Amino acid sequence: MANNAGAAAADPTVPSGKWLPAVVVAWLVPGGGHFLLKRNGRGGLILLSVAALFLMGLAMRGPMFHPQTGDLLTTIIYCGGFLADLANGIFYLLANWLGYAQPDVAGHVHDYGSKFIVAAGLLNILAMVDAYEIAAGKKN
Amino acid sequence: MHLSLTHFESAVVFSLFASIVLGIVTKRSDRERVRYGVRCFAYFVGSLFVVGWLMYLGHG
Repeated sequence: MANNAGAAAADPTVPSGKWLPAVVVAWLVPGGGHFLLKRNGRGGLILLSVAALFLMGLAMRGPMFHPQTGDLLTTIIYCGGFLADLANGIFYLLANWLGYAQPDVAGHVHDYGSKFIVAAGLLNILAMVDAYEIAAGKKN
Repeated sequence: MHLSLTHFESAVVFSLFASIVLGIVTKRSDRERVRYGVRCFAYFVGSLFVVGWLMYLGHG
């Protein structure tokens, strides 16, 4: 998200008022940026994909990452995982507020669930970049 | 509710949804998006079988 915002900020021809609402809505509601830009079919598929992965991850009792620092690998895994979880927008916020965030326990199914939640966030970051490109007129 | 998927099922589910999003965000026409999404899914699943067999044979 930071890279996306940075790239756009470096382009003086695209005012932030043009793309920022779409990117923020795309983060908060997966597919929402596409809905805002009247790409309903694409928005619906993104919402379906991110929601399905996130909810399956929760149903598999996948824990969410919390930022931790230490050695380089720990920092990358936990801070990166936290950012990817956060990229799920409203799903992440609701899951935490409503107490669906799972404790970290051993087991391969929980581990797959955790990766599903991270993958859902990463896919939503791709969708946010796509919404930015459409809003900025770089893509149809 | 507790969902329990095997490694293979998890990988196929991930492949399906990742292929959908990759198809949407990378191509410019609907026809290209569908073709790219299907191709990505086929590559994901094909890789699963190849890597799975390599691990099986590697373990002896």
